[in-house]
Amino acid sequence: MSQQRSDSATSAWADEARRVARSVRRRVLAHTLAHDGGYLSQACSSAEILAALYTRVMRLGPSQGPPVPPPFPGPPGPHNPDSFTGAAYNGPVAPDLDRFVFSPVHYALVLYSTLIEVGRLAPEAMDQYDRDGSTVELIGAEHSPGHEVTAGSLAQAISQAGGIALGRKLKGEPGRVWVFLSDGELQEGQTWEAITAAAYHGIDGLGVYVDANGQCCDGAMESVMEVEPMVERLASFGADAVEVDGHDVEALAAPATRPRQGQPLVVVARTDPCRGLELLRSRAPRLHYLRFTGTAERERYEQALSELEQEA
Amino acid sequence: MMELVRRPHAQNFVAFAAERPEVLVLSADLTSSCEANDFRDAYPERFFSMGLAEQNMIGFAAGLAREGFSPWVHTFAVFICRRAFDQVAMSVGYPNLPVRLVGFLPGITTPGGVTHQAIDDVGLMRLIPNMTVLECGDATEVESVVDVAHEIDGPVYVRMLRGEVPRLFDPADRLRLGRARVLSEGDDLTVLTSGICTEQGIRASAALAARGVSLRHLHVSTLKPFDDPIVRSALGSTRGTVITLENHSVIGGLGSAVAEALAESGTGVKLHRLGLRDVYSHGASREHLMREHGIDALGLVTAVEQALGARFDISAEELAAVEADPAGGPANPEAL
Repeated sequence: MSQQRSDSATSAWADEARRVARSVRRRVLAHTLAHDGGYLSQACSSAEILAALYTRVMRLGPSQGPPVPPPFPGPPGPHNPDSFTGAAYNGPVAPDLDRFVFSPVHYALVLYSTLIEVGRLAPEAMDQYDRDGSTVELIGAEHSPGHEVTAGSLAQAISQAGGIALGRKLKGEPGRVWVFLSDGELQEGQTWEAITAAAYHGIDGLGVYVDANGQCCDGAMESVMEVEPMVERLASFGADAVEVDGHDVEALAAPATRPRQGQPLVVVARTDPCRGLELLRSRAPRLHYLRFTGTAERERYEQALSELEQEA
Repeated sequence: MMELVRRPHAQNFVAFAAERPEVLVLSADLTSSCEANDFRDAYPERFFSMGLAEQNMIGFAAGLAREGFSPWVHTFAVFICRRAFDQVAMSVGYPNLPVRLVGFLPGITTPGGVTHQAIDDVGLMRLIPNMTVLECGDATEVESVVDVAHEIDGPVYVRMLRGEVPRLFDPADRLRLGRARVLSEGDDLTVLTSGICTEQGIRASAALAARGVSLRHLHVSTLKPFDDPIVRSALGSTRGTVITLENHSVIGGLGSAVAEALAESGTGVKLHRLGLRDVYSHGASREHLMREHGIDALGLVTAVEQALGARFDISAEELAAVEADPAGGPANPEAL
């Protein structure tokens, strides 16, 4: 991908990324209302990150997955030739193309919505969300659209991505491996093992975007386990670590064009878990999963959705 | 005469990998302790030091396997099976990836104490769907297990031996997946042994045979899947007691697998499991610990006496003499 481009071309992709992000927020809010609950704050914080990844950062071919995902074929195993991963939605596997490893799989709804907005998944796929026997699972699995590895036990995906990136390096493939990580995963020791190993082995094909929304399941990060200063820690473990405004799509995309110099790239994207939905802020610090307390609250969110729809 | 082979895995693995460029080794700072140093020196571009970080090492192995490589993780069994259990189950087991987990220091083969003694590894790995579990009983099996594991479509855990390893089986008589070795035939009872306990079983059965005991002895190297027709047939045709002898807890390993097979077959014969009886061990010599836990030849003789209601007056000295060890004694306790 050329780094030299005109201002108009730059703003064209950025406009599209911003549209995707706004649509993802709206879609996740609508879905949360329709299903009486959802991972809404994750959409608010990560919409621009995923939008920038899919519209700009990642070099992907067209989706190879069926627009409406097939049902669960059973777990992988020697006697199940029908098992598959959801990586087909991220395009074909080729030496020069990038790969995507999605780590905090409770963000699945945000990823599905992003795939829909970038034309890799049909909107009807969401009819199967959280349905028994479906691959469009509540907590994404490796057969869920856009997912490639088993990641729900947090911090395991970055190591698997490190192995994929090392394998690609051994094969001389220029394509990169991008990981979407949540900041809570920096509480896991395995994350630091992975960064250390990637740095030690010079695996610069590994790139990580961290949604630093400051939130954990129990509440704010600082009330659960502090991992600041994040950028300094990552740099001291050997990463090419950079901090950006996680709602600025151009700032998000810029680090991916830095020259690769033998280190894994980690972009700490500072985000607001209530971005674009001020109403949600009254729920702080418990933002992990939104379940409406009653009709009155529900109506306020319906009002917010109609306002977002009017803006669009 | 029983031959002792020094570091059988080291050069064998170098030869195995020679024509297989996809074979990689991942190590967690125990490279020569796991006899992978010859591989490292022969193929430095295929050797990856992952540091003291087993959870990450398992994830890297999974990623490499997804890219078409054949990663062979070398470290002590406890650090694969206990420390990185979730990673083995989720990053490797669920996706059925061809990662080979080579676990050293099974059971009480190390004087390193409870932190180094894998008394539960077979049980832990048997619990993981898609996992194949193999255990080596001698130098011939150490040399042939890698070829067997390499052909398996999915993850494999190998309970490996190192250091001075006796050769019980002819080098041409290689380990076969899902096929026990019938070491003796008999009608009075059936003994199934695995790993280092098979040598003990051979000594005990020789002494017992000399006293007229007709004992069927099977050596089991495939602990999962446990569908070996030779084992099924032996269990199904046993009239007396079945005895299992293993260098592992009686929960989760060979004894459990045999109990499950016996119960499901409805055979209804009595089972006596010899192994660590739901206890931790401690740091001491292999010989001392095998005696303490009753998983040596004398322990097996005692179990046979109980099963048959007889006394055979077999001494530890007599059993040791059966071994006919050319080195003149048991292998030195292995240092870390």
